[in-house]
Amino acid sequence: MSNNLRILVATKRVIDYAVKIRVNAAGTAVETANVKHSMNPFDEIGTEQAIQIKEGLEKAKTGKAEVVVVSCGPAKVQETLRTALAMGADRAIHVESNDELQPLAVAKVLKAIVEKEKPDLVILGKQAIDDDSNQTGQMLAGLLNWPQATFASKVELGEKAMTVTREVDGGVETIKTALPAILTTDLRLNTPRYASLPNIMKAKKKPLAKLTVAELGVDVKPRLEILKVAEPAKRQGGKMVESVDDLVDKLKNEAKVL
Amino acid sequence: MLPITRRLLANAPRRLQAVSLRPNLALTTVARASVTASITRSAFSTFSKASFAATLSKDKAFTADKYPHLQRNQEFKKLADDDLAFFKSILAPSALTQDEGDLEAFNNDWMQKYRGQSKLVLKPSTTEQVSQILKYCNDNKLAVVPQGGNTGLVGGAVPVFDEIIISTANMSSIRSFDNVSGALVCDAGCILEVLDNHLAERGYIMPLDLGAKGSCHIGGNVATNAGGLRLLRYGSLHGTVLGLEVVLPDGTILDNLSTLRKDNTGYDLKQLFIGSEGSLGIITGVSILAPKRSKAINVALLGVSSFEQVQNAFKRSRDELSEILSAFEFWDKASIDLVKQHLVAGANDPLESEHPFYILIETSGSNKDHDDEKLNNYLEGLLTDEVVQDGVVAQDTTQFNNLWAIREGIPEACSKTGAVYKYDLSMPVPVLYDMVEDMRTRLDENGVLGEGKPVKCVVGFGHIGDGNLHLNIMAEKYTDEVTGLIEPFVYEWTAKQHGSVSAEHGLGLMKTGALHYSKSPSMMKLMRNVKDMIDPKGIMNPYKFLP
Ligand SMILES: Cc1cc2nc3c(=O)[nH]c(=O)nc-3n(C[C@H](O)[C@H](O)[C@H](O)COP(=O)(O)OP(=O)(O)OC[C@H]3O[C@@H](n4cnc5c(N)ncnc54)[C@H](O)[C@@H]3O)c2cc1C
Ligand SMILES: Cc1cc2nc3c(=O)[nH]c(=O)nc-3n(C[C@H](O)[C@H](O)[C@H](O)COP(=O)(O)OP(=O)(O)OC[C@H]3O[C@@H](n4cnc5c(N)ncnc54)[C@H](O)[C@@H]3O)c2cc1C
Repeated sequence: MSNNLRILVATKRVIDYAVKIRVNAAGTAVETANVKHSMNPFDEIGTEQAIQIKEGLEKAKTGKAEVVVVSCGPAKVQETLRTALAMGADRAIHVESNDELQPLAVAKVLKAIVEKEKPDLVILGKQAIDDDSNQTGQMLAGLLNWPQATFASKVELGEKAMTVTREVDGGVETIKTALPAILTTDLRLNTPRYASLPNIMKAKKKPLAKLTVAELGVDVKPRLEILKVAEPAKRQGGKMVESVDDLVDKLKNEAKVL
Repeated sequence: MLPITRRLLANAPRRLQAVSLRPNLALTTVARASVTASITRSAFSTFSKASFAATLSKDKAFTADKYPHLQRNQEFKKLADDDLAFFKSILAPSALTQDEGDLEAFNNDWMQKYRGQSKLVLKPSTTEQVSQILKYCNDNKLAVVPQGGNTGLVGGAVPVFDEIIISTANMSSIRSFDNVSGALVCDAGCILEVLDNHLAERGYIMPLDLGAKGSCHIGGNVATNAGGLRLLRYGSLHGTVLGLEVVLPDGTILDNLSTLRKDNTGYDLKQLFIGSEGSLGIITGVSILAPKRSKAINVALLGVSSFEQVQNAFKRSRDELSEILSAFEFWDKASIDLVKQHLVAGANDPLESEHPFYILIETSGSNKDHDDEKLNNYLEGLLTDEVVQDGVVAQDTTQFNNLWAIREGIPEACSKTGAVYKYDLSMPVPVLYDMVEDMRTRLDENGVLGEGKPVKCVVGFGHIGDGNLHLNIMAEKYTDEVTGLIEPFVYEWTAKQHGSVSAEHGLGLMKTGALHYSKSPSMMKLMRNVKDMIDPKGIMNPYKFLP
């Protein structure tokens, strides 16, 4: 058996998971200026999976794989691509756009890249932790008319096919699909590696191609309009009461539940 | 955006449980700070007094029985009903703890090494109450122990006999914060992590950070002059504390809660209380200068082949990272082995192979591109010149947390290994690791080190940047044989290097007798005079600190 694969991994730059999100004064979006950004965690998992597939093939001497990472957005997304390269991806594609990109727009951009690159497998996160849409992978599968395996928690590669275990309500489901296909990653699929020093150094010399949305001829106009962004209601802090009487009094007069 | 994910995580079906399984992700601020918070959270903050008490064995020996050379000073009054009546007249009922089960948590120290026999904990909520309590105790010769978060590591915060415990637990208000100067004024009982989160919201940071941040109080930090992980960058509390409010044993309230950066009027008395370990009075309020929180933070973990190279990497970091360097920590292989054995933090080794030494470097600055470039050049240089063998750089906050979790997990992993003999020593960096090796050799030559022997292992880690070694020796249990082999050897060794037998944890009960290794007779005499002048009846934290 011999497998020669090209794997395309979509990576998005999002506000870091640990950052406390603030809504802007106008209530139209969240504050992104001066806020730490990182690779979407599910895309880190996707990048890790692609690298593991590549390493698996090389180790078993059953084939080769090229891992190509792609990100759409402003110049800053190159940081995210460098991270993926430092993890072990082979080359990167930056599709530059300073516009708001909704899932359908990204799916269309990715479709254009797929047509150029002709990958055997496209890996995306099941969702990006900024807008939580959980749509791009499915839309891309629809646009390409390719099979999709979403919410993957385990992937086994066969010859021009893969077996994917996916997490569903109440259990796991195992499906098999021919390649090319779309894969979206779930949390338990793997633990992404750290970017090691030697790889960070190598990553600087790896190719990073730049394209624009216009060059790809894709219409990225938003189809959805965001009306309002609001913070969830604040949780009230707890209070210590001095005695049972105090408790009853507070329940009656402050909480008004008695 | 994010909060939605988080909310979904809580109650959504499994397929939407986004990142919930990743460790340490539930916290909120930009910097690693809150990040440590989550680490500590698992390790300490959830460590409630109640559950702590529950883990104690009823038949654990009392300090008084374990150390028979300690004798109760019979001049101190024993707690009587009239005393309780007085305390009840000034405090709310919930501010007195007398229940035996509840008292256990206050009578036992974090190390599970010391166990006092106090029958009363008082938790005043105002400075005025502290003043009334101390005046009464002083007039009646009732001995007291001030207690903050009870995370001290030298037995200073728990009674030796029946001293009354005065806890700052109910003094937890933040009094003011000046958004221009960064001066924070708060009650002594504020938990360090709570203060740090409060400042994070405002773009500032506490100038100190330590593994116990989820439990320790700022008053306790000041009383022990705690060092910790940010000392390299922001200096010691002797510089960052702007003012203190202290109640003296006779009830006098010393109001020196200045928020001024500069004040050259008279003796700087607050310095006397920083590091006084409850021996002079009770700190009730703290004014401290908070620096701006850095916007860009990087963390790298490096594998190194020798202690020589650890020092090289440190020297170069001061040249090449200079003003953005914010932490330079090291540990040995024995340390990480324990973390791997006992903690989730050790589940995934970031480096592919094992190394004799590890370095954790943190940089903090205001411009990510600038910092990244500096750090990358520095690291590339280290790798090219073979100063380091391997390394990783955290790419997101999750990875920051996980790298710090290894460092901060070492003390916890040690305490899970057995009875810990803990020494925190200051000495010139070049000889720092010789101490660890000499100790191993000594214990080995005496046939007590190794599998099935009384001592399981010896680990070394610490703050290289501050010349501070944490030497931890894990034994089956505390025995006279092992103690006799370690002490006074460790102190004599340190004294020979003109080091300090306590870099940060203080003297407490554990090192009272070792003070002379680091201070001259005339220094000790003056300290004694100061103590006698401020606390003539000796009610403040007796049997400890000064011999
Ligand atoms: C996991 C862990 C990590 C640690 N890391 C570090 C570290 O990196 N650097 C470091 O320096 N220390 C470290 N420590 C020890 C450190 O000294 C304490 O954690 C902390 O500073 C003590 O604060 P606390 O509120 O718990 O004080 P406690 O333990 O309650 O008290 C400590 C001493 O101060 C006195 N005291 C407490 N409050 C007051 C007050 N209001 N007025 C007068 N006296 C008072 C007590 O009587 C006692 O002598 C660590 C401890 C743990 C458990
Ligand atoms: C042009 C000018 C600019 C200045 N700028 C500043 C400034 O920017 N910031 C600032 O803080 N100050 C400033 N000062 C004042 C400052 O206090 C002194 O310049 C300096 O610190 C004092 O040093 P000195 O050796 O001259 O001490 P002296 O003037 O000799 O003595 C000052 C005091 O210290 C005592 N003293 C001196 N030596 C000792 C010793 N060895 N042991 C014990 N006590 C001793 C003396 O008895 C006296 O009380 C300035 C002064 C001048 C003239």
